Amino acid sequence: MQLSNQAPMMKRMKFRIGANKFAKFLFMLSAFFGLGVLAVLFYQVFSQGFQFINWQFLTGKLSTQPERAGIMGAILGTFWLMLVVAPVTMFLGVGTAIFLEMYAKKGRLVGLIQTNIANLAGVPSIVYGILGLTVFVRMLDLGSVVLAGGLTMALLILPIVIVASQEAIRAIPSQMSEGSYGLGATKWQTIQRIILPAALPGILTGAILSLSRAIGETAPLVVIGIPALLIPFPGGILDRFTVLPMQIYYWTLDSSLVAEYANLASATIIVLLITLFVLNSSAIIIRNKFQKNY
Amino acid sequence: MVNGGFSKKDISIREVIDQNRKTQHIKRKIEKGIPVVLFLIASVSIITTIGIVFTLLSETVEFFKRVPIADFFTGTVLKPLSQNPEFGVLPLLTGTIISSLIAMLVAAPIGLMAAIYLSEYASARVRKVLKPMLELLAGIPTIVYGFFAFTFVTPVLKNLIPSLESTNILSPGIVMGVMIIPMIASLSEDAMSSVPQSMREGALGLGSTKLEVTRKVVIPAALSGIIASFVLGISRAIGETMIVTIASGSTKNFTFDVTQSMQTMTAYIVEVTGGDAPAGSTVYYSLYAVAMTLFAFTLLMNLLARYVSKKFREEY
Repeated sequence: MQLSNQAPMMKRMKFRIGANKFAKFLFMLSAFFGLGVLAVLFYQVFSQGFQFINWQFLTGKLSTQPERAGIMGAILGTFWLMLVVAPVTMFLGVGTAIFLEMYAKKGRLVGLIQTNIANLAGVPSIVYGILGLTVFVRMLDLGSVVLAGGLTMALLILPIVIVASQEAIRAIPSQMSEGSYGLGATKWQTIQRIILPAALPGILTGAILSLSRAIGETAPLVVIGIPALLIPFPGGILDRFTVLPMQIYYWTLDSSLVAEYANLASATIIVLLITLFVLNSSAIIIRNKFQKNY
Repeated sequence: MVNGGFSKKDISIREVIDQNRKTQHIKRKIEKGIPVVLFLIASVSIITTIGIVFTLLSETVEFFKRVPIADFFTGTVLKPLSQNPEFGVLPLLTGTIISSLIAMLVAAPIGLMAAIYLSEYASARVRKVLKPMLELLAGIPTIVYGFFAFTFVTPVLKNLIPSLESTNILSPGIVMGVMIIPMIASLSEDAMSSVPQSMREGALGLGSTKLEVTRKVVIPAALSGIIASFVLGISRAIGETMIVTIASGSTKNFTFDVTQSMQTMTAYIVEVTGGDAPAGSTVYYSLYAVAMTLFAFTLLMNLLARYVSKKFREEY
């Protein structure tokens, strides 16, 4: 007894299986497409800039002559910028997270703050630049100094730090704080001695990742008016400064005038990428090594 | 008492209690003060939002006192620095929309297909390696992408399209798309991974191939999350600054020809602030009007993405 004609069905099956195989190949290609671009980008930057990295380039002052230009000013500027950004965001971010997770009653206010933080995370960085320009540079009359840039960057990455810290605090099981309360500790004592130490790896991971975001961010600083011209090395938070991405920006723009500037931009990109790579790896190491599973 | 016990030097429990009572009020003050301090810290994020809206709004109002709103939104000519300045935002809007469109044409299909591969086809081990590597793309500073677009992608494209200008909207659009791929891939993958396994198994049990399961079960079920990821991608493209500033030039063209130089809203802001527009001039206020438009656009997109993913989420 023949129930159905098998030949057309086999043909259909073959087509369906073939389509599946083809689609799988296409999907795989897409997944690797980004990595391909990444490889080309790295190859391009390293092949162009690697030979220009030397001691003189790393420690020298800026110069209009490509062969004498160095990026020490930008390195120091990045350092001073982080010296402002890190404590400000840690203080504000962790404080906000503690308030939201430990003190605030779940209700309309928390909902409002939470929605607000989510929205702030989606605001383009250049808008933060305008905020910084208007409030810190002009209204508070700080000028284009490290402090103004740092405060702007701190506000920019604040939402990331808050969310990361909230998650770190939430991950701590309630038995730990209940044990502390049971021994007679007050709420703040519990937060200070139990919650924060336990949440520290998670908080640090988030903080480092957001700091590396701030190091690579350019747009707000362009708006604030950070120069890349020949300014003296910054020695404090009230000095004018420049940072690595700004240096890359100006050299890229001017590479159509002076071709060698493209090489300098590549070399600076290498320094920037290595810095970010080291920071991100340290964040991952902290997360893997110190994160306890309760 | 044998061997020590209570001597006069020991503190009795009673004394400890008395001492604690003395410090109690300081402790209580700290306990009451801390939440207040923390609330003040938490309100910084609210103040930031208010600060953004207030600075943008007040200066934008000043701008519209000088330039009529209708002229701003329907004007096709933007000449902020000429003798008779004109402030039409349309050239910037088309520049922004076209570059975002190009970016999405690259990022949406590739990002989605990468997400399908990661969530449906790849083994757990491949996924574990591939996903963080893909996220590396998202961690690269946009200035580096800008450099890449300007010094590599544009020359390569110029070989294919000889009429391409050295600054054009096509190359930054494509590079922006590459930048957005990991974001779309990762958010869509999250949405697809949360589709319950039993639904896939049902379809597979009825004889579907994996492609059919993906097309007819997984994607429809995860659609809200996928759309939300696209909307967020567009929002990201609209707000992107450095890639377009470097690679698309500053010509305020009102055109749809992607081989030409066009300016986006973000690039205009960079140009005006870089040129040190004197405070109080109309050019200075136009900066805020454009920034307000940009802010409104991205805020709308972000709210839309939240709405879509909440409203149309299917619960299983």
